[in-house]
Amino acid sequence: MTPVRSRRSPLVGTVLAWAAKIIVLLLAFQVVATFLSSDSLQWSVVWSYMFDGDVLAGVARTIQLTVIAMVLGCLIGLVLALMRLSPSIVLNAVSGAYIWVFRGTPVLVQILFWYNLASFLPELSIGIPFGPDLVSGSTNDLITPLVAATLGLGLCEGAYMAEIFRAGILSVDHGQTEASAALGMTRRQSMRRIILPQAMRVIVPPTGNQVISMLKGTSLVSIISMNELLYTVQVIYARTFETIPLLVVASIWYLVLTTILNIAQYFIERKFAKGATRNAPVTWRDRLPQRRKPTEKFFSHEETI
Amino acid sequence: MTADPLVRIDQLCKRYGSLRVLDGVDLEVDAGEVVCIIGPSGSGKSTLLRCVNFLEKPDHGTIRVDGELIGVQERKGRLVDVPVADLARQRSSIGMVFQSFNLFGHMTVLENIVEAPIRVAGQPKADAEKRARELLAHVRLEGKEDAYPRQLSGGQQQRVAIARALAMRPKVMLFDEPTSALDPETVGEVLSVMKLLADEGLTMLIVTHEIEFARDVADRVVFVDGGKIIEQGPAAQVIDDPQEERTQRFLSRIGSAGDRETRPAV
Repeated sequence: MTPVRSRRSPLVGTVLAWAAKIIVLLLAFQVVATFLSSDSLQWSVVWSYMFDGDVLAGVARTIQLTVIAMVLGCLIGLVLALMRLSPSIVLNAVSGAYIWVFRGTPVLVQILFWYNLASFLPELSIGIPFGPDLVSGSTNDLITPLVAATLGLGLCEGAYMAEIFRAGILSVDHGQTEASAALGMTRRQSMRRIILPQAMRVIVPPTGNQVISMLKGTSLVSIISMNELLYTVQVIYARTFETIPLLVVASIWYLVLTTILNIAQYFIERKFAKGATRNAPVTWRDRLPQRRKPTEKFFSHEETI
Repeated sequence: MTADPLVRIDQLCKRYGSLRVLDGVDLEVDAGEVVCIIGPSGSGKSTLLRCVNFLEKPDHGTIRVDGELIGVQERKGRLVDVPVADLARQRSSIGMVFQSFNLFGHMTVLENIVEAPIRVAGQPKADAEKRARELLAHVRLEGKEDAYPRQLSGGQQQRVAIARALAMRPKVMLFDEPTSALDPETVGEVLSVMKLLADEGLTMLIVTHEIEFARDVADRVVFVDGGKIIEQGPAAQVIDDPQEERTQRFLSRIGSAGDRETRPAV
């Protein structure tokens, strides 16, 4: 049997490709047009609330929660990762158990749990186990919505960051550890100066994802009446019934913030790419389509090295 | 009566599971001596070298460098591990060059060399950098200070690694198959730097497959097989006139020029 060959002329292919592009663009245009022209969206309402004082305060609170929870998450994550990688079975098991619990239950449940901690432990105290208390106080005074939100988001984040840090540290060749040990560096020096900086290349991209999902995840704490962005617009539309316009306000702000984070991530990744490739780091200018002599691009760089 | 040896290895044993990698090795290296360790792969020669700075922990036996026990100390008649800070200090006086260079990829050549002198030995940055530039000139890599390791050839990287180890002014240098991962055309540049160091009187313990180099540079050649030292002596004797049958077999297998008589006729 002879293989079946397409006898379609190249012209037909080109026409089909263009037809597909036009159809997709028309559909996208239709969706956007419907969205923009919809009466229920009430764009004038959206604009009037965009820079409303309460909304801006909500945006600020969202940013604050994201930063605090991520910092807490990164610190816990790093400690858990080092425990997980340590030769000690006890540290290893504790770290594993933490990750198991905090990654295995929904964040929403964890936030509610911390918020309602008072009904389970009315008094919180720091002291010697089975001995006298050093500091103690009422749980209700201590666990404000902000504390509950920070604990709920940050402790859970720590479990995810632990795995990201661990993967990053394991990605660095063992020879780096041996070389630093042979030079007389301690484990701590080696981790801080040699291993972690090189692990960052693997750690940064997933951490960027985590920051973005944390930014959006802060909306979960609206359930405990924490006045972040979502809760703020909820309070407003409960009063004015302008539900959809205010949800659009919140969405636009979330989009603005995630876009800023994407740009920041790009620059951080470039910083940690130092020495990782033979060529100089690629800049955003290089990514723009430009006309260049191919020889210049492929050979001049390697030759100078 | 000669002076005490700089490196003294006594009854070193190491096993992985049921495999005896080192089986009671005794070895002494005098100050200024260049000792090449040769032997088939899996003979334990790399493990022997890695035990000297305790990258591998021996199961039994002791290593002394300049009279000081490495990695262990005597307490109430028993040998116990030294604190990690002491081990780090001991290692800082033993230089090591790896088969795979293991340069720090995120640092420039200069940063690689000054890292340990500044962080471990506590030298001022300016002094460390001055010495690093001298060392770079010594391994013939002037002008490469700001290059990153991945921008260098294998031979250049290995010479940076040698400079990095020398920056700590080690009492002894360990070379673990320093040319095995190199392109053939860059092997020579690394060996000539090592020969230069040998001529300057550096104490060197070298695991190598370069028989010609061993014949040329080594004061003593040690043949290891099955975790034991089979034969040792001056290069000319061990390589060109081996007494032990296992040494003869090894040398004829790798095609050393030394034992033409024992090689089967073609």
